[in-house]
Amino acid sequence: MSEVRDDRQYTETHEWILDNGDGTYTMGVTDHAQELLGDMVFVELPSEGDEASHEDEFCVVESVKAASGVYAPVDLEVIAVNEALDAEPELVNSSCYDDGWLVKFTAEAIDDLMSAEDYADTLD
Amino acid sequence: MKRTPLYQAHIDAEGKMVDFGGWEMPLNYGSQIEEHHQVRTDAGMFDVSHMTVVDIKGADAKVFLQTLIANDVDKLKTKGRALYSCMLNETGGVVDDLIVYYLDDKDYRMVINAGTTEKDIAWINEQAAVFSVSVKPQFDLAMIAVQGPNAREKVFAAMPGVEEVAGELNPFNAVGLGGLFIARTGYTGEDGFEIMLPEKSAEFTWKMLLEADVKPCGLGARDTLRLEAGMSLYGSEMNDEVSPLEAALTWTVDLTNEERRFVGRDALEALKAEGTEKTIVGLVLEGKGVIRDHQKVVTSLGEGEVTSGTFSPSMGKAIALASVPKDAEGLCEIEMRNKLVSAKIVKPPFVRNGKVLV
Repeated sequence: MSEVRDDRQYTETHEWILDNGDGTYTMGVTDHAQELLGDMVFVELPSEGDEASHEDEFCVVESVKAASGVYAPVDLEVIAVNEALDAEPELVNSSCYDDGWLVKFTAEAIDDLMSAEDYADTLD
Repeated sequence: MKRTPLYQAHIDAEGKMVDFGGWEMPLNYGSQIEEHHQVRTDAGMFDVSHMTVVDIKGADAKVFLQTLIANDVDKLKTKGRALYSCMLNETGGVVDDLIVYYLDDKDYRMVINAGTTEKDIAWINEQAAVFSVSVKPQFDLAMIAVQGPNAREKVFAAMPGVEEVAGELNPFNAVGLGGLFIARTGYTGEDGFEIMLPEKSAEFTWKMLLEADVKPCGLGARDTLRLEAGMSLYGSEMNDEVSPLEAALTWTVDLTNEERRFVGRDALEALKAEGTEKTIVGLVLEGKGVIRDHQKVVTSLGEGEVTSGTFSPSMGKAIALASVPKDAEGLCEIEMRNKLVSAKIVKPPFVRNGKVLV
């Protein structure tokens, strides 16, 4: 059974977004997504300062099995990327909600995301 | 979906089960990369019971096989000796690739692919009609491949009596022991055994191997291991429309004996005279990303296509087998996710016996 954390919100495309409470957000892929993809071998991240529009593919996580795009949940500006993933992409497998985060960004308020409960329901 | 006698063992080991050509098989038991390294550095085991054993017996067994397959079983002189071959159709395309074991001139055992079993059996029976042979698929046999530098040692520890009969077995040879048939063959580029056994003994044997610290490995690792070892996969590198001469399998076609008119020989000789246009090569990606099946390859001599692409856990880079214009060499480009990425053309294998060779 995939883990879903209550402290954050989710997208239909299996990303999680954590509100850091200071106008910044942290984003990654869910436990369900990493399980489906299997062992990660590369993570392609944007650069700090990059802007992405809602639904843009702005990261790619690539596993032994498949490459999968990660989509911007809103219009956003990237303020940090997880450089540890360059050497250790497997952090996305072992710690998708903590050490395996992908990017931090700033954005106007985020709407239209799913609660943990709603997201968990979609996995049934 | 069909299940092997080891289905419950896979569930118990938390195998991630997938549909593999109609068989419910484990893709991995957690991490296919860890399973891959397990085989390269120690020992892992695979359930390959979905593959089919076919026994060919009778007065004409030898001449029949000399007609049926492109390699020549006349090379097999000692009991248990194995031979890899393609079985061709009239146009020189590959019906299947297989291993045949020699027991005596009237008794051979073949192992064919799971996905092609129905087609193969029909084809073999059709060819066998004019020979005095019996063709008997052994559907009640299971098969466990134990592979890795420590595989043999661990099999001997787990299975009493095996070391006495298989301790001195040379690579590409097999020996029987009661209901067991133990072959020093594999599909990983490492040492080890492929063990055929009655299905009712499969689960017990699997457990004995687990206790000897042989880790279960899934089809995911099996594919990255065989690809690193530069071994062809039926349906990817060759199929009914691709001849062995176009799939870097010329070494498996024996044209020495002019009298031996095996099925497909005429077509191969015509193709050889006219010259082949493509072959299978290895590719190593220079940058980041993973090469995937069917991606377009651009060489200095023209375009080709990836037949098997993956990430090589042993090399930490993406590798592939690809069908490209013959004589293409040096660098090429692969179209990956709408970008052209540079790759090096190499001669497989990429990895054998734990060592990177390219």
